[in-house]
Amino acid sequence: MYKYDALDHQIVNERVAQFRDQTRRYLAGELNDDEFRPLRLQNGLYIQRHAPMLRIAIPYGTLSSKQLRKLADIAQSFDKGYGHFSTRQNLQLNWPKLEDVPDILAELATVEMHAIQTSGNCIRNITTDQFAGVAPDEILDPRAMAEIMRQWSTFHPEFALLPRKFKIAVSGTQQDRALVQAHDIGLQFYFDDAGQMAIQVWVGGGLGRTPILGTVIREHLPWQHALTYCEAIIRVYNLHGRRDNAFKARIKILVKALGIDEFRRQVEEEWQHIKDGPNTIDEQELKRVGQYFDVMPYQQLPAHDASFDAAISSNPAFAAWVKRCVHAHKQPGYRAVTLSLKPHGKAPGDATSEQMRVVADLADAYSFAELRVSHEQNLILTDVKLSDLLPLWEKARAAGLATPNIGLLTDIICCPGGDFCSLANAKSIPIAEAIQRQFDNLDYLHDIGDIELNISGCMNACGHHHVGHIGILGVDKDGSEWYQVTIGGKQGNDASIGTVIGPSFSAEEMPGVVQRLIEVYLRERQDEERFIDTVRRIGVDPFKQHVYAKSAEQDTGVAHV
Amino acid sequence: MSNLIRNNAIVADEWTRVSPPTLGEEQVRKQAGKVVLFKLTGEESYSAEQIAQTDIPAQGKILLPLAVWLARRHEANNALEQRLEKGELGIIVATHESLEKLVESVGDINRLPIIAIFVERFADGRIFSLGNLLRTRYGYRNELRAIGDVLRDQLFFLKRCGFDSYLIRADRSAQEALSGLQDFQQPYQAAVDIPQPAWRRIPR
Repeated sequence: MYKYDALDHQIVNERVAQFRDQTRRYLAGELNDDEFRPLRLQNGLYIQRHAPMLRIAIPYGTLSSKQLRKLADIAQSFDKGYGHFSTRQNLQLNWPKLEDVPDILAELATVEMHAIQTSGNCIRNITTDQFAGVAPDEILDPRAMAEIMRQWSTFHPEFALLPRKFKIAVSGTQQDRALVQAHDIGLQFYFDDAGQMAIQVWVGGGLGRTPILGTVIREHLPWQHALTYCEAIIRVYNLHGRRDNAFKARIKILVKALGIDEFRRQVEEEWQHIKDGPNTIDEQELKRVGQYFDVMPYQQLPAHDASFDAAISSNPAFAAWVKRCVHAHKQPGYRAVTLSLKPHGKAPGDATSEQMRVVADLADAYSFAELRVSHEQNLILTDVKLSDLLPLWEKARAAGLATPNIGLLTDIICCPGGDFCSLANAKSIPIAEAIQRQFDNLDYLHDIGDIELNISGCMNACGHHHVGHIGILGVDKDGSEWYQVTIGGKQGNDASIGTVIGPSFSAEEMPGVVQRLIEVYLRERQDEERFIDTVRRIGVDPFKQHVYAKSAEQDTGVAHV
Repeated sequence: MSNLIRNNAIVADEWTRVSPPTLGEEQVRKQAGKVVLFKLTGEESYSAEQIAQTDIPAQGKILLPLAVWLARRHEANNALEQRLEKGELGIIVATHESLEKLVESVGDINRLPIIAIFVERFADGRIFSLGNLLRTRYGYRNELRAIGDVLRDQLFFLKRCGFDSYLIRADRSAQEALSGLQDFQQPYQAAVDIPQPAWRRIPR
C-alpha cells in the first residue's frame, strides 16, 4: 500500500497544527459556530446528539495492521472502545471530546492517517472496490490512480468550498463493486483498443434526497487527463451549482437541469483550456505511486489444497463460512476473506478495539499485514492462502468475526441513525438488529440466498437504501419515527433505484414486513433466481399486495400516509 | 488601522469602495423553508434605480461595482473610462457575477490596476474559481483583492487561486490573519501561485 514520503508527512503534520489552532480559537470564542463549522467538518468532525462524531479517512478502504492497531488504541483512549466502519470505507468514532480531536489527529498522523475532507462541501474520500488488486474480474488495479487523486484533491484550493459535498469513486473491474453510478463522479478504468489505460467517466449520480444514477459524460478519457477532466467538471459545478438551496446543491441537480449534452458541452469547453496543463499526470508519477501497489510476494501454490478440502468436507460450520465469506482470487491457491461486522443483534459495521486488534493480528499472520474496508461495512483480508483459511476461521470465530452471512439478508448496510446522528429522522440500528433476530436461523438465511438489505435513518442515504434490494428509510411524521420500504434497488453495472412499495410502517412492524417480502420471493422464485431477479421479473405489485393485505388482516393499523 | 493584507504585509488601503444605496426593504428570500444565503450565478446585483442613484466620488481612486461600471461607463463623456485610463478605477466583481462581461467591457483586462472579488459569505467557494480564471484564462496580472467576508482560514486557498491582497473583515485582526497564508508550505497540486504539482517540483 501507499507509504508517506517527507511531503505527505509534512502536510498531515501541518494540518494537525492548523486544526489545533482552529480548535483553540473556537474554544476561546475567536471563531463563531458558523465560522468553525466548515473547518471542523473538513476534518470530519460533526457535533452530534451525545458528543462530537469524528470520521477518520481510510483512503480507498486500504489499511495496514499497524494503522488498525492505532485506530483500536484511539478508540480505547479517546472513545468508548469501539468504532463504526461506514459505507464510504471510513471509520467513525461516536464519543470523542472536541478538545481531544487535535491530539487524535496527531496520533493518526504518526501512522500516516488523517481526517482530511471526510465531511464538508469538498472532495471527499475516494472510494473503490474492496477487492482491488486481487479480484479475478479486475481489468486493472485503480488504487494508484486513486492515490494520485487523493493527493490532488487534498486541500485543492479551488474546490475547498463547493456548493455541496463531492464524492468520487473509481473502479477497474468488469462487475462494478464501487457504486460508480451513485457518485458525483465515477471513474471506470479499462484498457482501450490500443491497449492504453482509459477511463469511462460518469457524472451526476448520487443517492440522498433525490436519488439519481449517473450518466456517462465521456466514454474514453486517456488516464493522463483524469485530474484536469475532473477539474473541468468540478469548476463548472462550483460556478453554476445551486447554492441557493442545500437540497438542490449536488452536481446531479445541475446535470439534470442543464441536460447531459449541455453539461458535457460546458465541461468540454472548460477542459480545452486546461487539457495538457500542469495537473496532467505523467508516466513517471504513475510509476512512482504504482510501485506501492505492486502485486504481493505470493508463493507459487497449486490451485487446490488437500487440508483445506478435508476441512470443508468434515466441518460443516467451516464450509458454511467459506461459502459466504471467502472469495475468489487472481492468484492460484489464494483467497480473499470477508470478516463479518454483522453478527446478529449488533450494530452493523461496529468493531470493538479488541476486535480491531484481532483483525490486525490476523492480517499480520495471514495477509501481508494489510486489510480493506468495504462499503458494505465489513473488513477484508485480501491475500490468504487456502491452507491458512481454517486457522484463520477459528481465530476469527472466537472474536465474533466469522458470522457466515456475507451477502445474505443479515449482512445489512446500516447508517448510525437516530441513536447517534443528529441528522437522522429515525433510528436505524435497532431496526437492523430486530431484522437480524427475526432471521437468526442460518439455514433459512442460506435458503433465501443473495440479497442486500440497506437501512438509512434519513434521506441523506448514508445507508444506501435506494440501491438495496430491500431498502428501508427512516422518516419523521409529526415527531414520530416511521419506515418507508423500497424494493428493486441494486448496485453494480445494472444499478437501479428501488421503488417505494407504499405507506410507511412503525418500527415494530418492520421485521414482519421484511418477512412478508421474503415470503413472496420464496413463493414466486424460479430456479436459482435471487430476490432482486424475482422483483425485476414480477414487479413490485405482488410484494405490495402481500405486505399490505397481511397487515390489514392483522389490523396493525397500516395506513400511516 | 488598516485591515488590508497585501504581499504578506499589512498596508494602507488607497482605494475607496463605492456602494450603491439600499432602497426600500431588503427582501428575505426563502427556499425549502430556509433563508437563501447565496445569490445564483448570473443573478442581478442591483436594480437600475440603485445603479442610477449610486454616488460616485469625483476624485481619488475608486472601486466600482461591476453593474455600476457596465451601466454608467459612457456617462458624462466617458468620465469613468478616463479615470480607468488614469489608473484611478478598479472594479468589484461579486462571486455570482460574470467575468465575461467585465472582460468584454474593458478590452484589455490589464488596463485595470485592481480587481476586487466580493464574497458575501466566506463559504462561497466561487471566489476561488473566479480568481483562478482571471489569472489563467484572462491573463490578469495586476492586484487581485478579496473583499467582504474574508477570514484567516480561507487565505491559504485564496492565495493559491491567485489573490495577492485581502481586506480582512472589519471585526477581525489582519495581523492574526497573516499567519493563515503560511498554513502549508508545499501543496500537492498545481494551482495559480505554484503552477506545478508536487511530483514535478520536488524529488519524491
